[in-house]
Amino acid sequence: MSDAKGKTVLLQGNEACAMGAIFAGCRFFGGYPITPSTEIAEHLARKLPTVGGVFMQMEDEIASIASIIGASLTGIKSMTATSGPGFSLMQENLGLAAVLEAPVVIVNLMRSGASTGHPTGTGQGDLMQSRWGTHSDHPVVALAPATAQEMFDLTVKAFNIAEKLRVPVVLLPEAVVGHIREAVYIPAEGEMEVINRERPSSYDNLLFFKRDKSGVSHPPDLGTGFRPHFTGLTHDESGFFTAVADEVNAFTVGLNSKIDLHREFLTDYCEETVEDADILLVSFGITARACAYIVRALRKKGVKAGYFRPRIVWPFPEERLRQIAQHTHTFIVPELNLGQMRYAVQRIVGPEKRVVGINRVDGAMLTLDRLMEEIKEALA
Amino acid sequence: MSDQDERYEVLLSGSGGQGIILAGVIIAEAGIAHDLKVVQTASYGPESRGGASRSEVILSGTDIDYPAVTQPDFVIALTQEAADKFAHLARPRGKALLDTTWVENIPRDIQASTASFPLTEEASNRFGKPLVANIIALGYFAEHNPLMGPDELLQAIVRRVPSHYRELNEHAFAFGRELATRQ
Repeated sequence: MSDAKGKTVLLQGNEACAMGAIFAGCRFFGGYPITPSTEIAEHLARKLPTVGGVFMQMEDEIASIASIIGASLTGIKSMTATSGPGFSLMQENLGLAAVLEAPVVIVNLMRSGASTGHPTGTGQGDLMQSRWGTHSDHPVVALAPATAQEMFDLTVKAFNIAEKLRVPVVLLPEAVVGHIREAVYIPAEGEMEVINRERPSSYDNLLFFKRDKSGVSHPPDLGTGFRPHFTGLTHDESGFFTAVADEVNAFTVGLNSKIDLHREFLTDYCEETVEDADILLVSFGITARACAYIVRALRKKGVKAGYFRPRIVWPFPEERLRQIAQHTHTFIVPELNLGQMRYAVQRIVGPEKRVVGINRVDGAMLTLDRLMEEIKEALA
Repeated sequence: MSDQDERYEVLLSGSGGQGIILAGVIIAEAGIAHDLKVVQTASYGPESRGGASRSEVILSGTDIDYPAVTQPDFVIALTQEAADKFAHLARPRGKALLDTTWVENIPRDIQASTASFPLTEEASNRFGKPLVANIIALGYFAEHNPLMGPDELLQAIVRRVPSHYRELNEHAFAFGRELATRQ
């Protein structure tokens, strides 16, 4: 970038995430330390006070997510960071954030294993939890960064999505991506888009939760004189509880329509040599970096291989994958869990397509040798 | 992704508290100053001191996709466990540097050319700080890698260590470079 005004520095993924948050306008962080996410809290504890923000260490993860929902409803962009065990504790209030339409960003650094697991290992076992961890139908968006640069870029994007659609957004890096150090370009102010929530100056009949044509409602910030009522109960456009069947239905359908009505805005993937691919490697996050290498190596050997990596994993870029599936017969899905994305891929491409998983769950990354070996076996 | 052959890989290993991760960060920063693409990763146990610690640095002229060391060009091992586990991974034309303060038995399966010095002991005796063994190792590395010279490494050290320890680290670095003339 010749006319760039930003700077390039060696940063840990977690530091880049914290800096991305501040760039995006985050001014409140409530959290509870846990490996491998703690560097985000450490960085923001030092930096937030210098930009007029507030850092608060809470007593646990339940309080952490509750604090960012509260802060967000006052109009302050807010974030928390945790790992699997903490993310599990946050699920109830993640549902609350979705129903209150509170824009919040939750960073979940994926370690290895269920429960307390292998705290310093890496994994990708929370893919499904990020989508379906809290009960019932709810909108949520999840992004999977693969580099320290994307820890910055996708954190900014996570805030933009949260603010525009008023949904909770989950950033889902693996422990390795949180701890990797790489050169990161930090843009100057104004060089990267920052979206702020819409703030109507008046409301018809005090219907604070009335949806606009794009499915989004724009309730006012607390403390600005409008006195809105926020509840986790099903509510009508006024914000008060309703048990009237049509209104309950309109509430749940309307709340979830935000995702479908913004499919294009929520489609973000990288691909390489897919047009004539017989086999497609589909993966996300850290695992995709090895896949990019493997695909190029296979191409050199004359194998028509392609590479596909969603950067927004929920909603999954289904339409694009379905297009590719028209000419691709084999899908290989390497991941650091026992087949969570493979499950999604098989559903999207259909039962007649061959979908092969390559899985590793011992806390380490998939190696190039292992990937190449298993892919050869799959193609034999 | 860079071609595997274009990568220069460094694996630093030892015990938590020996400055393994800091040494990796310093090499990575020096790499950036040299206009190289870099990736630095670390793995460690649940303890902050005493557990096995490992840091990897990959340097390349082109983008680095796969972020782990495949076959290191340079291995630094500061404990027996680290030497046993990692020294043999160094490629035959590469280099292994062992701290004989802790590595009593030099593994026999090392294919790379091996240099062994009592780094921690020297750090203790000469500078009164066993902690600068990692910086002595970097001084040695400065003279035995094909990519970057001592100036970039020294600048990165100065940026990363507390200013009141600057002189101490400069001396430790210079001593490491001197060791390089011996083996």
